[in-house]
Amino acid sequence: MSSHSESIIREPLITGKNITYSQITDDVLRPVENMPGKAWWIGFSVASLGAMLWVVAISYTFWFGLGEWGLNKTVGWAWDITGFVWWVGIGHAGTLISAVLLLFRQNWRNSINRSAEAMTIFAVICAATYIAAHMGRPWMAAFCLPLPNQYGSLWVNWNSPLIWDVFAISTYFSVSLVFWYTGLLPDIATIRDRATGLRRRIYSVMSFGWTGSVKTWQRFETVSLILAGISTPLVLSVHTIVSMDFATSLEPGWHTTIFPPYFVAGAIFSGFAMVQTLLLVTRKVLGLENYITMFHIESMNKIILVTGSIVGVAYITEFFIAYYSGGEYEQYTFLNRFIGPYWWAGCMMYGCNVLMTQLMWSKKIRTNIAISWVLSIVVNIGMWFERFVIIVVSLHRDYIPSSWAMFYPTWVDVSVFIGSIGIFFTMFLLFLRVLPAVAMAEVKLILKSSSDQAKRKLIAEGHLDESHVDFYKKSLIKFDSVEQSDYEKV
Amino acid sequence: MSSTKYILGVFDDPDDLMHGIDKLQKNSVSIYDVYSPCPIHGIDAKLGIKDSRLGYAAFMFGCLGGSIMFSMVYYMLTHDWPINIGGKNFFPIPNFVPVTFEWTVLWTAFGMTFTFFFATHLFPGRAPRVMDLRATNDKFILAIDARINGAHDDITNLLKEAGAVEVKHNERKYVSYE
Repeated sequence: MSSHSESIIREPLITGKNITYSQITDDVLRPVENMPGKAWWIGFSVASLGAMLWVVAISYTFWFGLGEWGLNKTVGWAWDITGFVWWVGIGHAGTLISAVLLLFRQNWRNSINRSAEAMTIFAVICAATYIAAHMGRPWMAAFCLPLPNQYGSLWVNWNSPLIWDVFAISTYFSVSLVFWYTGLLPDIATIRDRATGLRRRIYSVMSFGWTGSVKTWQRFETVSLILAGISTPLVLSVHTIVSMDFATSLEPGWHTTIFPPYFVAGAIFSGFAMVQTLLLVTRKVLGLENYITMFHIESMNKIILVTGSIVGVAYITEFFIAYYSGGEYEQYTFLNRFIGPYWWAGCMMYGCNVLMTQLMWSKKIRTNIAISWVLSIVVNIGMWFERFVIIVVSLHRDYIPSSWAMFYPTWVDVSVFIGSIGIFFTMFLLFLRVLPAVAMAEVKLILKSSSDQAKRKLIAEGHLDESHVDFYKKSLIKFDSVEQSDYEKV
Repeated sequence: MSSTKYILGVFDDPDDLMHGIDKLQKNSVSIYDVYSPCPIHGIDAKLGIKDSRLGYAAFMFGCLGGSIMFSMVYYMLTHDWPINIGGKNFFPIPNFVPVTFEWTVLWTAFGMTFTFFFATHLFPGRAPRVMDLRATNDKFILAIDARINGAHDDITNLLKEAGAVEVKHNERKYVSYE
């Protein structure tokens, strides 16, 4: 029931004094209904330059072949698969926020799920570009599919994790897209009903004729819940299968049974870091401080801390098992991460992912926006190096010392990677411009129960335990969007 | 006979609207529908709307997708072109699990969502049948079919008493065709 009021000791999810339903619409739709500001144009220009670099580098790859990448006989898999796993990992946070947190009834997901899901979709698109790119001849991509052919038919190898991955990534992408777009329908209808002329026509087509009747909402909520229920195991399966690309091989450093949970934790870790990177800027530039509050930021930092620590435990386990297994190749591979020629990559991996995130135990750091933003970037760098270390450093010194080699990226490798970041930001900035960055309907749903003004009304009614009220007021100190002086009178 | 087709009670607050439903039902006024910018929990029970059966559709689509994938892999890997991999089993069920799972999820998601779109008449280009344009923004609209309910003034008063900020007597059903 919307009249249900929440316990006073829970921190508010919406701050601000006179937030009404129409105020939420106005605040969220401001960037959609008006011309973008300078910050958007600067960001968009830089991002689209990056995207153009990607087009150049990929065209170059397709024209001259994979020989233009820095791959050699020993290191046959390098920046492409590193970039792929990095992007897929980043793409895990959106579904985690929208699905797992929905199942756990974490209402703070309501104001961040939309942009996180958009980010997921764009990240998976970036990952998919690597799959197409590393084929060298992208028109051969159809050979991933079990299509009848003139060789017998020779089917795909269903025993291979690489084929499982084709199905996992494509399912993940399309289910995320369905989840995201279904959730967008009511908000697109809001834009439609406020717009005129051509805009209204376009948004009308996009809204599928949404009306918001009782039955529609009832079905909508059923669909959301079931999609959340099936997306939760899906998101776990995707990175499990990605990790099996490595774990089912015979390569020391790869063939470990801990990979599936370790990769899933790492994926959520890097995904939340990317959400943090994007949202801390978005909330400031779009003025969404009342909806994406310090509570949201701190909660995300806590998830980064937990998953970062799980990743840390996985690292330690790997080292222990390498020692305990007695396998000398295994032991060498792990020692080589610190004493080999790639020691600096190992230090980046362990330093950024484990040591730096441990700073998040401090509440001061968790609630400091500037430090949180820097740390989220540190995590993204660390997670890139994690994949680089697992892939390149494990490969570069194999069983035969005469074939040991180093990997040197060419300008094409570097440009494909930087370009994919450009593509990601181009898509994200366009999304902010044409679609609401916050799920308005879902924020409206919690306005009467979880907002600061609702809690203030409860305090004013005066039936609450004094110690609880004090607890609540103290919890507000960290919020940058709440005026402390307002509470002195209450 | 008046030319009013629909009476709309416009509410600012979903709780007032729920109160309005109680009042109307006590006076045997039948309610056509409610349009709101966000879901109102508990309203379906109050209006006597049955639970959604989309869960059954989801389950059946999931079973279908999983069965199709499992049979397909069985046909290709075990029946049509068995591969001898070091003398291992030609019917390696554990290897079938990942893709079978993925297709179960894929078919559940798409089957259920498209059933939802089909049942609710949602598709790209569908003309939105909107009674009040503010229903997707900040107003909660309670619609009453005026032709099957008499005593329009009494209904207006009941809505006002319940806290409606505005009561409209519309001569046409939808405003969105203009």
